[in-house]
Amino acid sequence: MIVDINFVGLIIASIMASAVPLILASCGELITERSGVLNLGVEGMMIIGAISGFALMTVTGSLIIAVFGAMLAGVLISTIFAFLTQTLITNHVATGLALTIFGIGISAMIGKNFVGIPGKEFPVLFEGLKDTIPLLSPILFGHSIVFYFAFALPFITSYFLKKTKIGLIVRAVGDSPESASNQGVNVRLVRYACILYGGAMSGLAGAYLSMIYTPQWIENMTGGRGWIALALVVFSTWNPIKILIGAMIFGGLTIIQFHMQAIGVRIPVQFLTALPYIVTIIVLVVISRDSRKIRLSTPSSLGKSFYKDN
Amino acid sequence: MHKFLIRSFVSSLVLLFTLTVAAVAKDVKAAFVYIGPTGDHGWTYQHDVGRKAVEAAGFKTTYVEGVPESADAERVLRQLANSGHDIIFTTSFGYMNPTNKVAKEFPNVKFEHATGYKREHPNVATYAARFYEGRTILGTIAGTMTKSNVIGYVASFPIPEVIRGINSFTLAAQKVNPNIKTKIVWAFTWYDPGKEAEAAKALIDQGADVIAQHTDSTAIVQMAEKAGVYAFGQASDMDKFAPKAVLTSVENNWGPYYVDRVKAVANGTWNQKDTWHGIGDGMVVISGLDSQMPSDLQAKVKKLQADLASGKVHSFTGPIYDQKGNLMVAEGKTADDGMLAGMMTYVKGVEGDIPK
Repeated sequence: MIVDINFVGLIIASIMASAVPLILASCGELITERSGVLNLGVEGMMIIGAISGFALMTVTGSLIIAVFGAMLAGVLISTIFAFLTQTLITNHVATGLALTIFGIGISAMIGKNFVGIPGKEFPVLFEGLKDTIPLLSPILFGHSIVFYFAFALPFITSYFLKKTKIGLIVRAVGDSPESASNQGVNVRLVRYACILYGGAMSGLAGAYLSMIYTPQWIENMTGGRGWIALALVVFSTWNPIKILIGAMIFGGLTIIQFHMQAIGVRIPVQFLTALPYIVTIIVLVVISRDSRKIRLSTPSSLGKSFYKDN
Repeated sequence: MHKFLIRSFVSSLVLLFTLTVAAVAKDVKAAFVYIGPTGDHGWTYQHDVGRKAVEAAGFKTTYVEGVPESADAERVLRQLANSGHDIIFTTSFGYMNPTNKVAKEFPNVKFEHATGYKREHPNVATYAARFYEGRTILGTIAGTMTKSNVIGYVASFPIPEVIRGINSFTLAAQKVNPNIKTKIVWAFTWYDPGKEAEAAKALIDQGADVIAQHTDSTAIVQMAEKAGVYAFGQASDMDKFAPKAVLTSVENNWGPYYVDRVKAVANGTWNQKDTWHGIGDGMVVISGLDSQMPSDLQAKVKKLQADLASGKVHSFTGPIYDQKGNLMVAEGKTADDGMLAGMMTYVKGVEGDIPK
């Protein structure tokens, strides 16, 4: 039907742009979960990041303050989660859900004064190179710095977990906090750090939405992407590289179904809309066929509280 | 599901607050029930602007936001009616049955239901806006301004309101430019900035150089601005979000109607009726026209606006054919309100099928 190679490039670029918040939040949550903590508050932390970034950008006018402020806001709200689950030893699932509800509520409250204000333009890199190489140009050039960071993050995360000492400690804490603790690792400290890092990445993911992807603030603008990010971590079997693939599939199916509609492919729209979810289920079924692999890759102490006092 | 839980929780809190406040005053008090958050900058936001106009006119108002169109709506309505509100506006189609059900239990409270058609009790009135008139203007502009002859249209859900808008838009665009093609993408959401932007991007990538929308957020006009194509604002004036892209906006202006109806309750002149106001009554407002539009087009649009307001021009004037070529409206006739209210077929020239 349409064979223009640049058109394919444009579609791939759109898919990548839509995958950015999912990659950021998933990679953050992956580190948190690898340390044995299940934080279901991703959606809440993302929306807090979104409103903080947007509000700071509007008030201070500085994009740098806004981006780092959003990450800091994610850290602050995840500190609540960390304090509750690690210091007061509350249930991870309940606390995480509470964090999401809290985040959505408080962002709506702060956001009341920021509805109807246009965002600022976020600078993009290499825009001059946009028409140089067919197919690849729209994919490689003309994106924000956060975009490039997001696509580097899975590789950095993978390297961190496999090749660095701290990465090994994080995994040890997640697999067997007792053994790690006996080896002199401060389990609570490691978990605090991992939760806060997850908060920062979720905050950044939210800021990407409210400052770069669709520069505006409206309530609930994360639209469930935090939950998708959570699902992606399971989907990837805690492997950051697979998060990259999963995020592209999930973002991609939405965009491809829009393109199919616009071209006029005669497939029921409802089916196309449900496609990302159907594919997710299929992939999950395929993955879970190998139960040994699932068992090996799941952090053994995921979601379990660690009681030992240091 | 989580959204639903949060919404119910928040609405209960707000309600509790309303009830405490409500117990004191004696003047006419109006309540508003919203489907979304007032911070959506779209449908609910505009109703809330209307509510503020009622406040400014000197009446007390309360509102409950994020009320699901379920048994929850009944509960909220009952509590509002019980707590001394004289008139209650229910601002979403799905509140139709709950509104009528609760109205029966409270014959002394007036109920006003937006976009519905059931008035089962003497204390229930209905009201809606003829947004399709605004879309006739947008279609005229789009058909004139497009260079690629491909116009993108991001739609929300296949309901008569949206189909009517697509038809009205396409008929007007074809009238000024028979070569145009309207590409429609159904986003299946009223507001999700990310999805709306993606839908707009898909249309732009496929050659659309004017984008119309029937979803609520400003993401689409911003995407159009980024891509250097034209767009139209929805529900409110979106010009400041995309100064270059937005040619004009169709604004929902509920304020005057709300003030009228609350005053009518105060004067004892409130009566049951079905209101369907358009440009003429000021419920549908066309924002300022962008200077990029050639002056003859601007003049044409101004004239069309005046003619739609006076009733000289009707958006659906025959001959109108459906996609299969069957005559829908005969030459010289206009579509009646019954046909408009239940419109579920595309007119000739719209591509694709309505999702079933």
